[in-house]
Amino acid sequence: MKIKNLITWSRTNLFSNWYNSLISLFCIYLIIISLPPFIDWAFLSATFEGKLKTDCKTSGACWVFVKVWFEKFMYGFYPVENIWRINLSFLILIISISLSFFVKDKFKIYILFFLIFVFPIIAFVLIHGSFGMQIVESREWGGLALTFILAIFGIIFSFPLGVLLALGRRSELPIIKYFSICFIEFWRGIPLITVLFAAAVMFPLLLPADSYVDKTLRIAVGIAIFESAYIAEVVRGGLQSLPKGQYDAARSLGMGYWKMNFFIVLPQAIKTVIPGIANTFIALLKDTPLIVLVGMAEILGMINLAKANPYWLGMAVEGYVFAAAIFWVASYFLSSYSQRLEKKYSTEKK
Amino acid sequence: MQKSNFKNLLIKNFQWQNFLPQFLLLFFFFLLIFYFTKNAQVNLLARNITSGFDFLGTNSGFDVQFSLIPYDGSYSFGRAYLVGLLNTLLVSFFGIIFASILGFIIGISRLSENLLLSKLSHFYVELFRNLPLILQIFFWYFVVLRNLPTTEKSLILLDFLIINVQGFYFPKFIFTNFQFIIYGIIFAILTIFLLKYYSNKMFYNSGKYLPVFKLSLFFLILFPLVFAFLGSVGLTLEQAKLIQNFGIFNYVGGVKLVPEFLALLFALSLYTSTFIAENVRAGILSISKGQKEAAKSLGFNNSLSLKLIVIPQALRVIIPPTTNQYLNLVKNSSLAAGIGYPDLTSVFAGTSLSQTGKAIEIIFIVMMTYLSISLFISLILNWYNKKIAFISK
Amino acid sequence: MNKEKVIELSKVNKWYGEFHVLKDIDLSVYQGEKIIVCGPSGSGKSTLIRCINRLEEHQEGTVRIRDTILDHHTQSIEKIRSEVGMVFQQFNLFPHLSILDNCALAPSWVRKMSKKDAEELAMTYLAKVKIDDQALKFPGQLSGGQQQRAAIARALCMEPKIMLFDEPTSALDPEMIKEVLDVMTDLAKAGMTMIVVSHEMAFAKEVADRVIFMDEGSIVEEKPTAQFFSNPENERTKLFLSQIL
Repeated sequence: MKIKNLITWSRTNLFSNWYNSLISLFCIYLIIISLPPFIDWAFLSATFEGKLKTDCKTSGACWVFVKVWFEKFMYGFYPVENIWRINLSFLILIISISLSFFVKDKFKIYILFFLIFVFPIIAFVLIHGSFGMQIVESREWGGLALTFILAIFGIIFSFPLGVLLALGRRSELPIIKYFSICFIEFWRGIPLITVLFAAAVMFPLLLPADSYVDKTLRIAVGIAIFESAYIAEVVRGGLQSLPKGQYDAARSLGMGYWKMNFFIVLPQAIKTVIPGIANTFIALLKDTPLIVLVGMAEILGMINLAKANPYWLGMAVEGYVFAAAIFWVASYFLSSYSQRLEKKYSTEKK
Repeated sequence: MQKSNFKNLLIKNFQWQNFLPQFLLLFFFFLLIFYFTKNAQVNLLARNITSGFDFLGTNSGFDVQFSLIPYDGSYSFGRAYLVGLLNTLLVSFFGIIFASILGFIIGISRLSENLLLSKLSHFYVELFRNLPLILQIFFWYFVVLRNLPTTEKSLILLDFLIINVQGFYFPKFIFTNFQFIIYGIIFAILTIFLLKYYSNKMFYNSGKYLPVFKLSLFFLILFPLVFAFLGSVGLTLEQAKLIQNFGIFNYVGGVKLVPEFLALLFALSLYTSTFIAENVRAGILSISKGQKEAAKSLGFNNSLSLKLIVIPQALRVIIPPTTNQYLNLVKNSSLAAGIGYPDLTSVFAGTSLSQTGKAIEIIFIVMMTYLSISLFISLILNWYNKKIAFISK
Repeated sequence: MNKEKVIELSKVNKWYGEFHVLKDIDLSVYQGEKIIVCGPSGSGKSTLIRCINRLEEHQEGTVRIRDTILDHHTQSIEKIRSEVGMVFQQFNLFPHLSILDNCALAPSWVRKMSKKDAEELAMTYLAKVKIDDQALKFPGQLSGGQQQRAAIARALCMEPKIMLFDEPTSALDPEMIKEVLDVMTDLAKAGMTMIVVSHEMAFAKEVADRVIFMDEGSIVEEKPTAQFFSNPENERTKLFLSQIL
């Protein structure tokens, strides 16, 4: 009986007229030429066990490549015995973020404070090393961990700067206003890669001759400033959408500029634009791999390195599919998470 | 009235609580500029690099793989800049066209009642939107294009397009007396203006009107052809030929599109099309249910109601964010540096910078160029928004 | 009384998910009749008339417009819709077209009239609703009352046999309600078959042949106008009338 239902359903929905049928047939054709071959290559004919390329005898994917290089892809050249430090930092991050869902609004501020001011220090101490732990210079950081470190650094520091810029843009003080506008439009008008080039190559020229600022730090700061301009525009949208009555009410209660913004305006405005901020973060995560173009060994860089290794030639597909899977999963979960957040806050409002 | 406002403004800003933050901002900003400049002077001196833009006139000393204008190492850096800029504009131009076409098709497909089609297009959007662009570019370049057939086993389509691992080859269109085609186009444009004027007048007087759009299209095709015939415009197609040199096969002649260009173009088009598709979908959905119901109740079927009611209104919602995506595409074209396509960034901020060491001047020029393009596109967008705003009281 | 039965609803039921919005609706409408449907909000009045031009689909029962039964298999639902005109609470004029174009669009594209004839037709109806001088203006430039009158003209341009009105004056400022009701009264006097969902009881008394009171998805009371107002039987009807009048 179920098959009969399927047939009637297909009749009305997929093959109701010649036009529809043509489209349906085309779609079915596309699925047939792409899905079965892919499943076969990726799973059915693939080799999962082994240590060398020669272990891959089938025509399917050689996942041995990924297995062997896995730690390099994830952590770059970070000393293997210290990888637990990176994992620990991420664990702390995930715990703090998860915590923020179960606590009341009052405590959320503390978590935010922790994330912006305390966590970076903890993470740095752990990942870079001090207090007797082996020091791992930033040039040894690599792989996906590096991508995430820079992306998270970017989002943590671009957020306060972006909020300040958004407020500045709406300021009545002309110099602050025009400075903010120029700053925002400048960083939004140039490609990220020019920022990375500037940070990597040009910026050292602007510092005193005998000083040296770590390259990773320069890149991280560049990314943070770049993203802050985008966050500024997102937050500005939220500030604009707030009913004027809120400003009036706050002012009539005698609140000054900073109190009004910190207690009344910003909490509401930011709630409104959570999806926008989440989108910016996802975009940031997709932008961070660009650092491969200034010679930093994040995951794509490691894959390029691995596939050029004389023992592992021709493994480009497996490497990129692996990276694609990771980014896709991260990106997809972040966006569905932000949609859930958005639903939660919009129902709360009622 | 103006004067007193300005006076008030001044007074207001000189009150100390308003004055102080602005003064501090300016002060620290200029302090920073001064600090950077001082350091730069010292550092550049130490490395024996002169500053200034005269390097633009000196010979570049490097070749590029792909250029729209004649160029090699004997040309100046200024010329190299132009080559890079043209390559950026080239890939951006075609990228925008393909991304738009693909985006509109996919966007409308997402709203289709055919479940297969809407799910498939949903999958397409989710797939290509969530993967980093640089990864997609690498994939096209290192995986797809590397696996094309070798030169001697090229895929030849319709005797027109040759596809192999070295690139795509088209025949070169060589015109004689091409100016007549230009005359034809100019004539067609003038005729179209006249047509519009005349048909408006006719509509006003008698209520009849001419199918202006179809006629314009017809003229645009007809007149250049007529002029070409009258002016004896000649066209030869110079197709690429396969030659063999010491056992190595190569196609020479014709127009060659290198894999660097193709990988960038495909990745940019596919990636940007997903965002445009979402804009199109959001735009069409934004048209209130009431509009569609009014159309339905008047007896319009789905395709008529889409064409006459929904899409004209939806365009107003679709175009602003889509223009933003065009801007992103232009900026994203800078990723060309990853695979060696000689766009502005890789030719100028990449190669030229490493040749001359003039990081500050070069980065400045490159940033200014992208900024100008951004501002230009924003200006067009603002003009468009003003023009199409709904006429209201 | 050999009038043709133009609309027949029998045992019509509709659910929105679990919510039973129309319960066993039986309704017959004859040509030339004017019917007012009233009731508290959420009673299903709008859903009822929207089932008649199939903007909503009923799950059980029969909906018949003249000779055609409306259901999944109906060929060219558009043809039926072009015989049944609808006026909405929110007007739903097309903002990107002038009033004239709003009215002439459907006749030229659906009835395939020449644009010239369609515009002549449009001007006649715009004159009937007394806004022919606004023909070249855009909806955003008109007042609410003018917009609704234009919407009525637009529906009339398809020369429908039946006109449905879904709370046509509910979104209007009080001073504009009269101009729209006047147009509807003229239309009624000209013999149009009309079903109007409305709370305008004075209008009902003047124009309607029958008044239907709905509550919680069912038709609670259905009577010729005079009887409805002077002698309502049902308690709920009495309660409703006492709240409105």
